[in-house]
Amino acid sequence: MTDVTSSSQTPPKGRHGSLMTVDARTRKRNAAEKRFRSYGLAAISAGVLCLVALLWAILSNGLPAYKQAVVELEFNLSQEDFDSAEKALLKTSVYTKHFITGLSANLEARGVEASFDKKAVDRLLGKVGGELRAFYRENQDKLGQPVIFEVPAASRVDRYLKGTFTRDNVSEDGTRFFQQSDFDLVDAMVQAGLIRQAFNWNFITGVDSGVDNPGGAGIGASVLGSFMMMIVVLVLSLPIGVAASIYLEEFAPKNRLTDLIEVNISNLAAVPSIVFGILGLAVFIQFAGLPQSAPLVGGLVLTLMTLPTIIISTRASLKSVPPSIRDAALGVGASRMQAVFHHVLPLAAPGILTGTIIGLAQALGETAPLLLIGMVGFVARYPDSFLSGFEGPNSAMPAQIYNWASRSDAVFTEKAWGGIIILLVFLLSMNLIAILLRRRFERRW
Amino acid sequence: MYDVAFNANEVAVNQVKITARQVQVFYGDTHAIKDVDVDIDDKTVTAFIGPSGCGKSTFLRCINRMNDTIDICRVQGEITLDGENIYDKRVDPVQLRAKVGMVFQKPNPFPKSIYDNVAYGPRIHGLARNKTELDEIVEKALRRGAIWDEVKDRLHAPGTGLSGGQQQRLCIARAIATEPEVLLMDEPCSALDPIATAQVEELIDELRQNYSVVIVTHSMQQAARVSQKTAFFHLGNLVEFGDTDQIFTNPVDPRTESYITGRIG
Repeated sequence: MTDVTSSSQTPPKGRHGSLMTVDARTRKRNAAEKRFRSYGLAAISAGVLCLVALLWAILSNGLPAYKQAVVELEFNLSQEDFDSAEKALLKTSVYTKHFITGLSANLEARGVEASFDKKAVDRLLGKVGGELRAFYRENQDKLGQPVIFEVPAASRVDRYLKGTFTRDNVSEDGTRFFQQSDFDLVDAMVQAGLIRQAFNWNFITGVDSGVDNPGGAGIGASVLGSFMMMIVVLVLSLPIGVAASIYLEEFAPKNRLTDLIEVNISNLAAVPSIVFGILGLAVFIQFAGLPQSAPLVGGLVLTLMTLPTIIISTRASLKSVPPSIRDAALGVGASRMQAVFHHVLPLAAPGILTGTIIGLAQALGETAPLLLIGMVGFVARYPDSFLSGFEGPNSAMPAQIYNWASRSDAVFTEKAWGGIIILLVFLLSMNLIAILLRRRFERRW
Repeated sequence: MYDVAFNANEVAVNQVKITARQVQVFYGDTHAIKDVDVDIDDKTVTAFIGPSGCGKSTFLRCINRMNDTIDICRVQGEITLDGENIYDKRVDPVQLRAKVGMVFQKPNPFPKSIYDNVAYGPRIHGLARNKTELDEIVEKALRRGAIWDEVKDRLHAPGTGLSGGQQQRLCIARAIATEPEVLLMDEPCSALDPIATAQVEELIDELRQNYSVVIVTHSMQQAARVSQKTAFFHLGNLVEFGDTDQIFTNPVDPRTESYITGRIG
């Protein structure tokens, strides 16, 4: 013990001094490393913070779009009422009267007093007469017995319940969309427990709607439009891209021309997407005469945009296959094509798939070229058939989101946020598929 | 004609398989092989020795035209296999490589099963008419590759899961599965441990019964152990070529002597 302390007091005489003390140079280097680590940590936490803020903004603004206020009434229409209503000249107005009676009865049954007229019902619940008629014409067996009848409330009712639309937003005289007295009626219905929040399936499956019915707008048709475009992109860009990269990587001689092509492909990957849009407008629509606003043209334009990405990633994965595999195949007398298709391509497949899916995901989120080829219009119905879906006018998810965001009604803004959630879900699942495919096909032996 | 028959009788074991005359190889502007003349006998192991970068591997790759895959590589001169010039315009290198098999420095089995590794060559050359025939070819190749006993129970296990020595013997089996006439080996033991090396060397000696084997090696002991003929390359020139015994015990050229005694290289 004493030996140890005495020896630590007299440092060894080596050229580098004692190992027990840290010299100035080492201390400096350690400090630099520590600083670098903290920079890295700071950068990562800033990134994570931004991501959290972004997700929070998207979810808090977008999730309300998936909820919708629904008015639920217990309703009982007798056979005689039905027959007389069907004989009337203005059938739906008779049904509206029945609806108003029913609503009053429901309110009274729960001990809530409210006075309202037909116009108020129109403003709050839309054309209920027509819906009631359609329901009873289809379900005539339900006549004469109590049924639960649901009508979606107008978007302003929705927003009033969510707190983004208040009495202050409406002047004393009111508008044709909303009157001060309507707030009282909504309050009464809430008090009577007639309004509940339901999941808004219409937002996912529905089509775009006009400014008078912002609550009824759905993203369904544009999801279909995006899907059609992705089919076109996949069918065109995967074979063209993979064939081009195999030729360039495995067969083409290395000379000035191939160098030039290589540089240009890399440059194309960096060309702004709006340039591809205007190219598509000039070549596909104005020159080739393809229909405007069609997912087919959108798919062609996005194919041009995706090809460089796919070619670059495919070439990278072909390059990463060890040359010894090619030598082995050629050594047993395989032709170059056999060596590529039997050995190199299967090994490069996971990389090619990943690159393709990432290229597709990029194309899915692209908006600018779609604006130029007119895929940003008002699309209020689904295509008639699968094939007409390619050439008929349609929108795409990002274009629909852009469209909604530029409308004045706040409900459309909410829809835009909601659409972003759907878009993100699609992108995340595509990336997930890319990861899973990679794991599945990667050969670790 | 009668002369040839007479000679053939005398040198029955030493029939010439490959001849090279005035072979020049260029990599771009570099003159890698200069004026190489050599005769390689059938059913003989011929070793190419020499210091690194002397061109022995390059010359080996000329014999099955593997150099064709390198864009900047040019070959001049004449190499004949059974009297036919393999650099003739009519020769398809793919067909040539079925006749001249090759084993590489680093074991490079395909990332497939052991069976598929060996069966690949026969499959693409259409050597088997059905599954049974293919099974027979694979078994025969693996037996000749001296690896059958080790892998017969796991033919469908990945070939890359074998040890380094086993992988190299699998590659040899893969090369002989296509029934080549010449087997080229480019430093086949340089990535193997001494025990695996001994097994592969033993295998090479057995292969001599059926094939003409050309082996490039860095190890002079290996050349002395396995080969009957030795060629010494230096700076792209073939310095000396002769019986292995003579090269190692009584070299004619002073450069050969210097290399063998360890003064150069």
